Formats: sequence, C-alpha cells, structure tokens
Amino acid sequence: MSDAVASLEHVHALVAAESVDPEAVDGTAERLDRLCRAAARALPASGVGVSLMDPQGFTGVVASSDAISAVIEEMQFTLGEGPCHEAHVTRRPVLVPDIGTGHNRWPLYAQAVTAHEIRAVFAFPLQVGAARLGALDVYQRQAGPLVNPGLAQALTFAEVATGFLIDGQARLEGDQLDPGLDEALHGGYQLHQAQGMVMVMLAVDAAEALVRLRGYAYANERRLSEVVQDIVARRLRLEKDEQR
Amino acid sequence: MSTVNIGRTARVFVEMADTLVDDFDVIEFLQMVTARTSELTNVSACGLLLADQRGRLQFMAASEERAELLELFQVQSQEGPCQDCFHAGVPVVNADLTEASDRWPLFAPRAVDSGFKSVHAFPLRLRQDLIGALNLFGTETGVLLDETDITVVQAMADVATIGLLQERAIRHGEVLTEQLQTALNSRIIIEQAKGVIAQSVGCTVDEAFTLLRDYCRRSQKRLSQTALDFVTNPSTLPDELRTPRARNNPRPGSARSV
Repeated sequence: MSDAVASLEHVHALVAAESVDPEAVDGTAERLDRLCRAAARALPASGVGVSLMDPQGFTGVVASSDAISAVIEEMQFTLGEGPCHEAHVTRRPVLVPDIGTGHNRWPLYAQAVTAHEIRAVFAFPLQVGAARLGALDVYQRQAGPLVNPGLAQALTFAEVATGFLIDGQARLEGDQLDPGLDEALHGGYQLHQAQGMVMVMLAVDAAEALVRLRGYAYANERRLSEVVQDIVARRLRLEKDEQR
Repeated sequence: MSTVNIGRTARVFVEMADTLVDDFDVIEFLQMVTARTSELTNVSACGLLLADQRGRLQFMAASEERAELLELFQVQSQEGPCQDCFHAGVPVVNADLTEASDRWPLFAPRAVDSGFKSVHAFPLRLRQDLIGALNLFGTETGVLLDETDITVVQAMADVATIGLLQERAIRHGEVLTEQLQTALNSRIIIEQAKGVIAQSVGCTVDEAFTLLRDYCRRSQKRLSQTALDFVTNPSTLPDELRTPRARNNPRPGSARSV
C-alpha cells in the first residue's frame, strides 16, 4: 500500500532533509525550492516546478528543483498553454504520460518541452476547494504514466506545497509538522464550512479566509480544529480589525 | 422477500444513464445515486465515500445533508463498515449496530445515538481497484436486505462507479485520478458554499445546503458550478441566499448567535 510514502509525515520529513541553499532568503520560496528538490528525488521525475497563480491570472514560477525545470515551468506563461496552465484553469490535475503523441491540445507547448527532452508532464493544481494558489508540475524524460506509489506521493507533495503557501501568507514559520494544523487543513468538512463563514465575516476570498483561520489559531495558541468548531457553532466570530 | 421493487429499479437505472451528459456534475450524480438507493431499499439514509490518494475514505454525497450524518461518515475515515468493506472488497450486510461497539468502538455508539440500528456497506469497484464505498443506515435490526436486494444495491454501486468515471475514462488510468481529485475538491467547494450562505443568511449549515439545492433546482443550475460561482464571488449570491433572516427575540445573555 502506498500509505507510508504518501503520508504527510514522510513527505514533510523529505522536505526538511533537503539542504538549505546558503544564498536563499528564508521564506515560502525557499521552502518550496526544497520541496521541489525533495520531490524530484523521491518521485520518478527528472524535474519538478511550482508556479504561483493569483485570481487574475498567473504570477510566475516560484520554485523549481533545478534550472532546466525552471525554464520549462516558465513556458506555460510565455506560451499561454500547456497541462500546467490547463490544470490551473480547470481546477483538475492534468496528467499527460506522453506529450509527444500527436497532442493537439497544446501544440506549441508540446513542441517546446519535447525540444528539452521532456516526454511526460503531470500537473497538480494547488487548491483547497475554491481557493486556488498555483500548481505543482512534475516532468519526466521518459514517456509513461505516473503510477502508485509515485502518484499518491505526488498528490501529497501538492498538499504540502499548498500548506506552505497558506502558511507563508499567514507568516507561520518552520517545517515542523504540527499534526493538529495539518490534519485540519487536509480533512474535515467543518474546516471548509468555517472557511466560507469567515469569507463573509471578513469580506475576503477563500484563500485569505483559510490564511486568517490558521493565523488566528496560531496567534492564540489554539488548535485549528477547535477554532473551526467554535466558528461553525457561532461561539467565535473573527472581526475585520483582528490582528493576524 | 425483497425490499426492492424491480420496476422502480429499472426506472432508476434509466435515470442514471440519462444523467451522463456533457455538463455532468459529479456531486449531483452521486447525490442522486444515494437518494435513489435509499428510496429503493427503504433504508433511512445512504451515503457515498470515495478514497483519496492516501486511501482515506472521504464523504462525497448523501441522501440527506445533515451535520449528524456527515459526522458519521467522517468517523468512517478511521473505522466502521465502510473501512471493512473497502479493505476486504466485500459487502458488509445487515450489521446490527447495537451489538457492534467492540467491532467499531468509535463509530457504532455514535450511530446508535443518532437513531440507527443497522448498517450496510458496499464496495465501489473498478476492475481490480476499490475506489470507495456505498453506505446504508437503517432504523431497525434484522435481515433488512435479502440476496436480491444485495445484488441490486451492488449493481447501483457499480453503476455509480461507471457514472463517476464515464466510459472513456475506464480505458485511461489518468482520467480516474483526475476525476477523483476533482470530485474530492468539488465536495470541499460545497462545504465552503454552505458556510458562505449560512453566514450571509444567518442559518445553520444544514439549512444553507437546502437553500442552495432548492435554488439550483428552481433555476435549473448545476450544484457544483453554482457552489463554485458563489464561493469565488459571493456578490453573485441571489437575495434569497444572502439576506439575513429576521431574528426572533434573542434570549438576553445568550451567546452571540443568530
């Protein structure tokens, strides 16, 4: 069973084990770079990239496992097409085990990545319901499907990347996995209900609502799951002037 | 004696086939499956769970969207009849909840507290792979589903799987993952929409779901897309889904609530 390698604990440990680039500035981009490198090492992949996307369109490449992957990751922006672009727009993973087989979906993109010897692309949107943050893209030099346990692990890397992006906006620090915070982020219908409620309370979008929930729990040293229950039960209300 | 009526069963299968259209909404489809299964078998409630990439069963749809039921489905990501049937690949049938607290110490007492006495779970299978479970709750014990009923419910589960993946997808493993991940994310969007409406109107999340569903039916809109539209842009909420209800004499000193 792919449980162990795809577990959040295992993936967090892989990311934490990557050496820190001495010239890198601390922060979300640095954590995501280490995530890309860990993913490229653990998955059957020749490279991994993460792009950040805002509600209006694209922002750009935020992290990659190596220089070539950064170049390939950039292509979706310069060409305005590709599996990564499509994954973001459609909010679905786009898994392309063979980009060379007469793909009419993205003719320019297929041509460009093939020239860089990439044969398979697997794009995973980074999202929590309606909150869209970006995409994690996995590249392979050989054509072929991404199968378990790699597939499950890639999905977990995407979840961890989503968590890093949310944490980054809430200015939470560190790589340590707090089982309470992460478990709540990755499961539990009440969390998502609370997210919707906070959106209306604070007049913010879905991503920001999640950031504010996590930020409130962290700042008040409370478990996120308890804050969530209090919000859904209407025992707690976040105010617009609340400090993060 | 079967609970299931053959004529009604045939009509349900035709209905399911008719829903496999271009603007297919997976959550609506699964809700229909659970609602029809519940009606056909005369059980009290029916729910459907799908496994995420870590093999954890996630709630997708139910014949009724009640917080109490959602809680019973959420517990089953850890233990319960759906876990058992998902791992063994065979149905759990006619299980007596009042005698199951050893077997399911977290799940059984909560289910009994919610008024249920029996439970059944059927695997959702795609050839060799198990992708989820169909869960039925009853308020009585005894042999509630006989051999014919079991065959029909398993057939409903199998048709649900095909409807979920749509025929072309069975040939391409990638589409299975894409479809499942999308379904899981769609469910999250519906919970977010419940929160948006509940906070706007000042009602419970259960009531919010009813408002959303009724609005979609009246305006002939797709549930998942409408939920996404509302969460992405709450200013598009129609009046009936955003106007606070009149409050009736709140008790003095009560917790701040609506």
